[in-house]
Formats: sequence, structure tokens, C-alpha cells
Amino acid sequence: MIQISNLHKSYKMGSNSLHVLKGINFKIDEGELVAIMGSSGSGKSTLLNILGMLDIADEGNYLLDNVLIKDLTETIAANYRNRFLGFVFQSFNLINYKNALENVALPLYYQGLRRKTRQQKALEYLKKVGLLDWAKHLPSELSGGQKQRVAIARAMASEPKVLLADEPTGALDSNTSREVMSLIQKINDEGKTILVVTHEIDIAKMCKRIITLKDGVIIEDKKTDQILL
Amino acid sequence: MFSRDQWQEIFETIRKNKLRTILSGFTVALGIFIFIILFGFGNGLKNSFEQFFLDDATNTLWLYPGVTSKAYQGFKDNRRIEFENSDLIDIKENFTFFLENITPRINRREVLSYKGQSNIYNIRAVAPAHQNVEKTIIMKGRFINQKDIDERTKNITIGRLVAQDIFKKEDPMGKYIEIGESAFKVVGVFQDKSGDREERLVYLPYTTRQLMEKNNDKIDQIIVSFKQELGYVGALAFEKQLGDFFKSKKVIDPTDKSGLYIRNTTERVRQNQRFASTLQIIVAFVGIGTLIAGIIGISNIMVFVVKERTKELGIRKALGANPISIVAMILNESIFITTLSGIFGLLIGIFMLSRLDDQLEQYFILDPYVDSLTALIATFLLIFFGAIAGFIPAKRAASIKPIVALRDE
Repeated sequence: MIQISNLHKSYKMGSNSLHVLKGINFKIDEGELVAIMGSSGSGKSTLLNILGMLDIADEGNYLLDNVLIKDLTETIAANYRNRFLGFVFQSFNLINYKNALENVALPLYYQGLRRKTRQQKALEYLKKVGLLDWAKHLPSELSGGQKQRVAIARAMASEPKVLLADEPTGALDSNTSREVMSLIQKINDEGKTILVVTHEIDIAKMCKRIITLKDGVIIEDKKTDQILL
Repeated sequence: MFSRDQWQEIFETIRKNKLRTILSGFTVALGIFIFIILFGFGNGLKNSFEQFFLDDATNTLWLYPGVTSKAYQGFKDNRRIEFENSDLIDIKENFTFFLENITPRINRREVLSYKGQSNIYNIRAVAPAHQNVEKTIIMKGRFINQKDIDERTKNITIGRLVAQDIFKKEDPMGKYIEIGESAFKVVGVFQDKSGDREERLVYLPYTTRQLMEKNNDKIDQIIVSFKQELGYVGALAFEKQLGDFFKSKKVIDPTDKSGLYIRNTTERVRQNQRFASTLQIIVAFVGIGTLIAGIIGISNIMVFVVKERTKELGIRKALGANPISIVAMILNESIFITTLSGIFGLLIGIFMLSRLDDQLEQYFILDPYVDSLTALIATFLLIFFGAIAGFIPAKRAASIKPIVALRDE
């Protein structure tokens, strides 16, 4: 599903440049649940942003579902993001003046679906994350865990090929973290490919495979015995 | 670009961001409102000005006989010059190229009596052309006509206030007023924009006046109007030639300054017109200034709005919004708000102006108005620049990498 080879990325910081990713190679098959581990500064978020087409690599190849992701215009990138990818962010990134239902329906709006269909689908996914009763609530009226579940519903609503989660439990306490991770496992069980960026080993262990990054290179890539929640 | 769905999305955004909507809407409405009011007041000021100064005909020469100060060709000094009917004929014959209208004027103050009541009025004996020179407006009946002059009739045209004083609520038409020994028939009532004094006058055929005064042919003064197309230079030339002609006819030393007076209204008119155009420039300046202030206001708000929405735009982009849809969203929203509130401000402004009407006349603002074309152009400009002001930051926001926009707090 995802194939990465020799990925490089550096950031210009004034006169010196910071080499963040120094040749990353891996392959992720359909249906995998992969944790990208690493301490802060290891380059894991950069990697995820490149995978999410939110950022561009300096060098290397990136194949997503056998499509070469390279030299995309903003418009095509937007189209790919909309069709291929679902995002879950640490800070949820819900639009604060839209209620849960409208937030979930938003990517469907950009897919050009009809209003009725959008509503139906959004409700369906809210039900899936157990927040059907909260559909008309604004993000400010939801708890952190609920917000993240809305965000997951939103990411899933567009039926992406890959779900990218950047520290999805970073802003949550351990109980809600387990709830969210349990939801992610459930979605993975239904066959979705999921990448989770985390710095917590506990969270990583809830995935099926752990790729560990350090200083911009992969130091370990192994299957793990998934802790089922 | 204008699908129903997109409008729904825009309405939703507008409805749920009331402060933002009100803020930008208010700026535009206020900008247009102030523009309309100021521009209207400026026009009102111009109206008053025109009423004050541009009422009488602007292309006239006034000839007054004087008393010579120098001896000349056998005449002693201190000789009183007089005008007579032959002077009128001479001007008509010699200055056809310049001439438009000519009228003599003989001023007297006399007692008018009607049904035992008497009052003193200024009575002007004139020719029909006088109506054009003074821009006298006939309310009822007619002005003195050529037949009156030829037949030396005892017909008079009286001012609005004379009619009010003498006849109260009675209809003055066809009634007889006594002046001196004779009875005069009222054939017309007039009004004059120059004010009350002008409306307390009585007009009489000048030939009748001459008949009353022992059938002489004397004239107090001559008013000549010349063709407008002569312009300023032509008017000066006419004045010079007329002066030379009269000085030679009346045997006055060409260097004598007091034998004959000619007042040329052109110079005053020129000054007035210059003043009027200065006023026009000030009005335009104020208008443009207000508009620019309004445009700057809406631009600031648009920049602020886009800045405030950076993160939201980042989220939308992460969810699949392409740059065009981002720009379109912001533009549609801002154009919608500015158009609606622009028209609102426009209507309120025009309504206020029409309510004011004559209420500010004592402050020299008469009938303030804004012509609809100016108003529409101003509104359009504000909307247009509001859109541009929104477009630039929207374009920038749309081209920010989503990852940067998402980081924005």
C-alpha cells in the first residue's frame, strides 16, 4: 500500500540546514497497523507529513497504492489527500464553529457528494465511533476523547486507503487513550491500513508492527505481539 | 462555483461567525453611508450656492448714465448724461452681432392703492426682455409684452408679495390698482428666487411710464444681455465697444471715468463659477477620501479575517480542499457580505438624505442629494476593493502548505 525508498528531508534554519530524514526505506502492506516510534526530534512527524502529502520530500520515492507521489500541484495533492488519506491529529483540528456532524461531513463536501448523502454517511460514522447522540454538539461541548473520536470519524468518512494518526493520544489521559486506541484497532480489524506516530511505547505496543526512528534513520523495524484492548 | 451546496456552506459560515460578519458588514455599510451623506451635503452646499449667486442672468451688461468730470468738445464738465429711447435703437442696430436682449429700466417709488388701502412700492418700468434678464418666474397671467409697449397700456405685473399684501386671499388677476392718478390692471403675478425684495416689485411698460411723465423719452438705465457663446473675452470686447460707442454718441471724453458706468456681470460670474468648481472639487475630494477610508477599513478586516481562519483553512486543505475552492469560499463570503451591507448602507444614506430635504437650509445645505450613478459606482468600488482586499490574503492562505497552516495557533 505504501512504499518508501531513500527518503530525504532537510529544513533550512537560517544559514545551516537541519537534516531531518536521512534515507528512509520501508513498505507497508494493506491492512497493517504500524506504529512509527521515536523520541521528539527523531523525524517521525516529518515522515508522517510527507506520507500525508502535507509536506514534500527533498529526495526519494513515495508510492501510495502504486501511484507515484511526486511534483504534485496543490490541486492534485488536495484531491489525493481527499481520496486516499484520512488524518487524525494530536490537537484534533476540528473546526470549532461546526458541530460534530458537520465536521465529519466536511471531507465529503470536498468529494462533491450531495448534502443528503453527506449527512447520512456522517451519521453512520458518528454511530461507528459511538457519538450519534452528540452529532449536534460543537467541539467545545465535547471531551478530549470525544473530540478525537469525532476526528477519527471524520478521517474515516471519506473512506481513505490509509489512515494517518499523528500522536492521536498525545493530548489524552491514559483511559481515554485506550478508548481511542481500541477504536483504531477496531477500524484496523475491518481492514484499514493505519499508521500511528507516537513516542509512547505503550501505544506502539497496541499496533502490529513498530518502526523505530532515531535521528532521521530507521534503527528498528519489527513485528510485535499486539496488545488487544 | 456558485452551486447551491457552496452557498449553503457560505451561509453556514456567515451565520456561525456573527462577529466577523457584523464587523465587515458594518464597515462597508458605514463607509457607504458616510460617503452618501457627505457627498449629499456637498451637493446641498452647491445647491445653496447656485441659488444665491447664479440666479440672475449671467451674460448681462448694465449701463448707467453719470455726470461728466471733464470738459470735452465745447461741453463743460459736471454735465448730467441721460439715456433715451434712441439709445436702445442704436444698440439694437449697431451691436446685432453681440446682442441677445435689451431692456430699459426706469425706477420709481410710488403709492399703490386698492380698496382704500395704500402702500409704497418700487415700480420698474421695463421692456418684455427684462423677464429674461432677471429670470423672473411668472406664476399667473403674463409679463409685460410688446403690445403693452406699443400701445402704452396700463397693465402691470406684480410680485408675489405685492399680491399677498394688497389682495390677501383675493385673486389679483384682472383687478385694478391705483398708481397716482391712474388705475392699472394686473395682468400677471411673478416670483423671483433672489428673495423677498425682488418679490415686492411692480413691473410696468416703460413707454407707459414715459407717457405718465409728460410723454418724455428718458431712460434711467439700460440692461443688455449678450450671446452666451461670446465667452469671457467676447464679453469684455463688447463692453469696450459699447462704452466707446456711448462716449462718442454722448460726447464724453474717452478718458472720463464718471460720465458713463458699465457693470459687466461676467467677471462676477467667472468668480462665482470658480468658487462653484472649487466647491465641486472639495465635494469630490471628501467623497473619494471617505471611500478610500472605507476601502482601507474593509481591507484591514479582510486581512484579519483570513489571518484568523488560517488554521481552519489548513484543516480544510488537509481534508481535501483545493486552493481554488479556498479562494472562492473566502471571496464569495466577502462579496456576499459587502454587497448586502453596501446596499444596506446605500439605502439608509439615501433615506436619510431624502428625510433631511430642506431641514438644513439654514446651514446652507439645500436639497442634499446623490445621483444614483455616483452612489452605485461608490458601492461597487467598495465591494470590488473589498473583494481584492480579501483575494490577496486568501490567495496567500490558499498557497500556504497545509502543514504550516495547521501549526498556526
